Amino acid sequence: MTAVDVSDLQRTFRTSTGVFRRTRKEVQAVRGVSFAIEKGELFGLLGPNGAGKTTTIKMLITLLLPTAGSARVAGFDVVKDVREVRRRIGYVFGGDRGLYERLSALDNLKYFSELYGVAPREQAKRIGELLELVGLTGREKERVEGYSRGMRQRLHIARGLLHDPEVVFLDEPSIGIDPVGARELRATIASLTAVGKTVLLTTHYMFEADELCDRIAVIRSGEIVAEGTPAQLKERVSTARVVEIETYGVEQHVVDGLGVVGGVRTVGLEERGHLQVVVLQCEPDAEVAREALALLGDVRVGRVTHREPTLEDAYIELVGS
Amino acid sequence: MWKVLHQIAVCYWLQVKVTSTSWFDGVLAVFYPLMFATATLLVYRVRGDADGMQFAGLGAVVMGMWTCQGVVAASALARERWSGTLELLVAAPTGMPRILVPTTLAFSTVGLYCVVVTFLWERWVFDLPLHITSWPLFVLGVVVAALTLSLFGYFLAVTCVRYRTAWAIGAAMEMPGWLLCGFVVPLALLPTWLHPLSWVIPTTWAMEAVRDAANGSSPWGHLGLALLVGAGYAVIGGYLGRQLVDSARRHATLALT
Repeated sequence: MTAVDVSDLQRTFRTSTGVFRRTRKEVQAVRGVSFAIEKGELFGLLGPNGAGKTTTIKMLITLLLPTAGSARVAGFDVVKDVREVRRRIGYVFGGDRGLYERLSALDNLKYFSELYGVAPREQAKRIGELLELVGLTGREKERVEGYSRGMRQRLHIARGLLHDPEVVFLDEPSIGIDPVGARELRATIASLTAVGKTVLLTTHYMFEADELCDRIAVIRSGEIVAEGTPAQLKERVSTARVVEIETYGVEQHVVDGLGVVGGVRTVGLEERGHLQVVVLQCEPDAEVAREALALLGDVRVGRVTHREPTLEDAYIELVGS
Repeated sequence: MWKVLHQIAVCYWLQVKVTSTSWFDGVLAVFYPLMFATATLLVYRVRGDADGMQFAGLGAVVMGMWTCQGVVAASALARERWSGTLELLVAAPTGMPRILVPTTLAFSTVGLYCVVVTFLWERWVFDLPLHITSWPLFVLGVVVAALTLSLFGYFLAVTCVRYRTAWAIGAAMEMPGWLLCGFVVPLALLPTWLHPLSWVIPTTWAMEAVRDAANGSSPWGHLGLALLVGAGYAVIGGYLGRQLVDSARRHATLALT
């Protein structure tokens, strides 16, 4: 059964600049996105900043009206059946905001229980279960202003689940969380599908998507450029090889110049501590290292390694091509 | 019905907690009204007119409530936006009036605290024992002022939802409100063309009711007018709330910070 059905969804924003001579401009944030999420599935929406992920989610949770196209969540239209959709969805976004800092976690959950229609006699039990689920039992009477970012994020998830929604939208929930907190959060997210929730997750972290998602759609400039399981997406670049060249103080224009090397599909640069690692995705049988090193010229170079492509490589190829 | 009342009561109580947990905010809420009440009373005291002092004393008591509600309510939704909760409130299946009215009622509760503090300030610092003929009607007048101001505050909150500088609108209303509601200057002294503006503020009528209760006249007519005007703002606020939230969904202005 389909929990989320999106068909040719579009959203255009109008902006204007200037004071006396106002110039109007239209920005197409989402250009005909279509996908379907089955009940109980954890679906990932990946894409760079500004690709249209959050805009898509906001249309699905009824905070934004689509310019064109249609979407149904839990069987209800996001434009016509707003209240029905809202009763059946949970929305969690990343970052520090979205909670009443001066209230305790318990009071925050009580407040949103009322707004999301949880019956008064069920509230105490439900809140207790969710505090247990997100590991905040025993800390619930402390004010949120004293919480760490990881604790706030887990509280957000508890808040999003208060009314037992069928579909949960998680918009970059692990942003800014330390590795231990992120691991705990991933465990919490994984447990959602175990209890039958449908989850739409957006994230920048490839290992997170790889570990959690049943299927992934990659969105670029408002359009879906690839969709499939993590394994299927990796297969798209499995016929490629990745060459990594460690450098010290390489400049961007030099890196950009490596794109002309025969057999190189994409060029990327990663900062790793005091190193800059040039990442070249190449044709399987291409020998690119010698020519690339020649083009790097006087740049100080460390190790040159070859490795198998990861989901991140697949993502970079998809959004960078 | 029970569920709705429960929701309003719980949300009201939690919003009272949000607005009253900081001692600093508690002092600040009453600081400006007390200073302006002091200035008003000092000006009136120069004349040595007991009736004038009674007039100014009563006005100063309700003046703080206007500051706590009229000024703060305008930026109520802007503050939700800054704290990232506005989208969650709009995305809730509960309608905006049931979310916002408990919040503005909480502001009015802070306003009632201002009333009590100003009352005690006048008594202890200015040795001004206000003459109140009917205490029950006086208290009723103050409560109606608080209730109708919270409805007016609701109207202001939804009207200003799309403006990032809503706090400035609220701040700009503070002193004109003191004049228009007849807190410190009799309305008869204002230019005639300003009178309609006074009439469409429920606090003007609630203030008149408070004065009626203090001097022994019947306050019921003015109380009725205050409630009527307040109800008008509730209806307009409800309509505008729907329109403005729909407009924000069309123009993507909910998340602006």
